[in-house]
Amino acid sequence: MKKTERKILLQGNEAVVEGAIAAGIRFFAGYPITPASEILEGFALRMPQVGGAFIQMEDEISALSAVIGASIGGAKAITATSGPGMSLMSENIGLAIVEEIPCVIVDVQRVGPGSGMIFTSQGDAMYAKWGTPGGNEIIALAPSSVKECFDLTVKAVNLSERFRVPVTLLSDAHLGHMREVIDVVDYEQIEKVDRPKPTCPPEKYLTYDADESGVPAMADVGTAYRSRLTPYLHDKGGVYGPSPEERRFLIHRLHHKILDHLDEILMVEQTMVEDARIAVFAYGICARSAKAAVKAARAKGIKVGLFRPITLWPFPTEAVSKLAQQVDRIVVAEMNCGQLVLEVERASKGEARVSFVGQDDGILMTPEKILATIEEDLNG
Amino acid sequence: MGKLTPLSEILERQYSFVPGAVLGTGCAGCGGGIVTQALARAIDRIHISQDNVFIILGVQCSGTQAAALGYSMLNGLHGRPLGYATGLKLFRPELTVITVQGDGDAVSIGGNHFIHAARRNIDITTIICNNFIYARTGGQFSPTTPTGAHATSAPYGVIDRPFDVCKLAEAAGATFVARGTSYHAIELVDIIEKAILHRGYSVVEVLAQCPTSFGRQNRDIMGGGSGVEMMKWMRDNAIGIDKARKMSNKELKGKIPIGVFVDRKAPEYTEEYWNTVKRLQEVK
Repeated sequence: MKKTERKILLQGNEAVVEGAIAAGIRFFAGYPITPASEILEGFALRMPQVGGAFIQMEDEISALSAVIGASIGGAKAITATSGPGMSLMSENIGLAIVEEIPCVIVDVQRVGPGSGMIFTSQGDAMYAKWGTPGGNEIIALAPSSVKECFDLTVKAVNLSERFRVPVTLLSDAHLGHMREVIDVVDYEQIEKVDRPKPTCPPEKYLTYDADESGVPAMADVGTAYRSRLTPYLHDKGGVYGPSPEERRFLIHRLHHKILDHLDEILMVEQTMVEDARIAVFAYGICARSAKAAVKAARAKGIKVGLFRPITLWPFPTEAVSKLAQQVDRIVVAEMNCGQLVLEVERASKGEARVSFVGQDDGILMTPEKILATIEEDLNG
Repeated sequence: MGKLTPLSEILERQYSFVPGAVLGTGCAGCGGGIVTQALARAIDRIHISQDNVFIILGVQCSGTQAAALGYSMLNGLHGRPLGYATGLKLFRPELTVITVQGDGDAVSIGGNHFIHAARRNIDITTIICNNFIYARTGGQFSPTTPTGAHATSAPYGVIDRPFDVCKLAEAAGATFVARGTSYHAIELVDIIEKAILHRGYSVVEVLAQCPTSFGRQNRDIMGGGSGVEMMKWMRDNAIGIDKARKMSNKELKGKIPIGVFVDRKAPEYTEEYWNTVKRLQEVK
């Protein structure tokens, strides 16, 4: 994989590993779980080869803890899991938000609550956003191809560094295990973003003193800079027990460092939407079925387009509002009992009729099912 | 026993870059401050660059005073310090990584991480301030609270059997295990110094009195309810490990062995890992 661009056959989970290495990830900690284990195994093989660190931890709690520790140590760090492991990582996602530790969490989704089953699902779409107490902003990206597993892992790493925020990559059991041939460029040519570094002298450094971008500089440890990283609400110096004004300032900054930079974060793919009367809203693996359904509907003369959010969180509210003004109906197709459909309803503000087609049994959504819903809408 | 540097000198050096840090957040009679001074003195005595020291705190009462020290510091979630420490130490083996945890933090909610850090023998030092109680939350029983003691969550007495933190650490594979007390403040500096210098996972359990949450509910257990009474109890009941080893179980009843229990060599995790990486790159 040196020097030249080349084609390789990769599984979605393997593409995550390679994308991560290309993005400069040099630390992985994880715990085995189906259907994400190939990512753990991939890093076990690859990290020593690229001079990075790999460790299999005792559970998912400590896996994300270790990732956070390594990130504080200057590593670009990542972990991978599935729903049951996500629930164990929940507390440390909150810590990473408030301590502003860059890290990436890959959730290869499986179906159902509890231990569920190991088959495909998009059941964690809301969990990715709301799965930790406090309700602050995170970023979540949803790849829908093996190529995107690679590219969006790079993007996830870069966004996490840029904004010092945990970024979740929402893959799924099907995509994780699916194989496709992808073009891969020399890793040296891939754009890498590094966390902001302090420019002030050590004695002037305050751990959480952000400039107008809202993202504070992150000092290297093992230097004269002193970091005070705290999971409690804190003042600019990282000291616990701030005044109500300081608390508000912190909470608002954590929101606004993300919401003020949507142009850098939001990614949406729109296909055949220009003249469409109906739009299918679908993301991740399900968007592939949606694309096939849109093509089939077009062949029947139905004016349908595909709206595919690549960034799920923050939700592309403005783009969906615009879409709702443009089309009569939005068909939301997702592999759960109805999650982002709620966001679509909110964003469309009644401008378009929103209908839902779901799949909640671990079976991949078929184009036929989506097509049937498109046609149902036509008649209804 | 090493010479003690005046604490003011040590703190002055540490405070230069930490605005807002405050010492003395404990209740009157708390043992935590003694643990904090011992840690600061031990680090100072070793003369490792302060830049290379990284302290990780859990959520607990008696060790929280360590937050006032001037090193780079991560305050972690309850029970998780060893997870952060493991990631940091593995990626940056040159750093001196120390976790300061309470008994609940280390061997209850963080118990899994504790035994696995010991199993790996990763070069981290864990100082456990054992006050036998969840003090910060108001006096609920912890995994080290003696059976029969009273706690706000055990109004009729604790039924649970307590952990012996040192035996747990040893059995799990820690290569340095020691116990000190807040009464034996000067010896504690020596113990912590040895623990930090030890190559591998080192555990120092420090019995640190909590008059507020433990003493008030259990005046009959540690010689009374006040900080001074509890420290006197430690003075009167602690027995050096060398002496304790020569005593029968009957003679040891009610006594607390202190000192260095385990100090052995074993492959250290980060060294083994990076050697593997080096070996791979030589093959290339």
